[in-house]
Amino acid sequence: MKNQKKHWYDFLWIASLTYLILGFFNILFAWLGLLCFFIPLLISFGKGTKSYCNRYCGRGQLFGLIGGRFGLSRKKDVPRWMKSKGFRYGFLVFFFLMFFVMLWNTYLVFSGAQDLKQVVTLLWTFKLPWQWAYHGTLFHDGVAQFAFGFYSVMLTSTVLGLVTMVLFKPRSWCVYCPMGTMTQLICRVKSGKDR
Amino acid sequence: MPDGKRKRKKAKVDVSLCVACGCCVKVCPLSAIQIYKGIYALVDPKTCVGCGKCAAECPASVIEIKEEPNT
Repeated sequence: MKNQKKHWYDFLWIASLTYLILGFFNILFAWLGLLCFFIPLLISFGKGTKSYCNRYCGRGQLFGLIGGRFGLSRKKDVPRWMKSKGFRYGFLVFFFLMFFVMLWNTYLVFSGAQDLKQVVTLLWTFKLPWQWAYHGTLFHDGVAQFAFGFYSVMLTSTVLGLVTMVLFKPRSWCVYCPMGTMTQLICRVKSGKDR
Repeated sequence: MPDGKRKRKKAKVDVSLCVACGCCVKVCPLSAIQIYKGIYALVDPKTCVGCGKCAAECPASVIEIKEEPNT
């Protein structure tokens, strides 16, 4: 809103954008993305609110900016199934299954059973060569494997978010965002309501 | 009240489908909507004038502007 005062956290979309760009130059920056996992969880567990979504989520702001201000969105309603509990929780479960597969692959590299793959996997399927963003690490290869895997998760969710931004409302990613679903669930449990 | 019988428009949230993202809170010019305990958006009917900005913004499209009898 034009008449509402901007706060520092209204510019966190810059951090989100920077994060995505850094991944093209040095994949190890992908580790920073863990902040987008732990901060919302800590807020919902600690305070029982979704102020991460409500205020600080740079990804949501980025979609709001590109889809809203720049108008790259049809601004249509999301289909009914997309906001259903079944789809939202189903996507949460699927997302975390894929996350654990990624952690398992990281473990395999740490244990020496598998070699580092300098690849970013888009939409859990397409393996994009990404060796240009890897310049070695002082640590174990597994540290880099996690970075490739985690960046895959972040890029995949950004691409999905951009697609639904164009097709539906700018921030339609928020409807099925696994972190949003999870923090809402935590808040619900914390407040003592079962529905 | 002088116009006690006139119906007024208010935002109504389908709380069962609300994802509590807070987009509505950001656009409300009167701060008449807030996220209740991280679970759903809650409209203060005393402040809401039914402008419809939240309904347009809501990514899940779960806010409707409805006429309500004045109380």
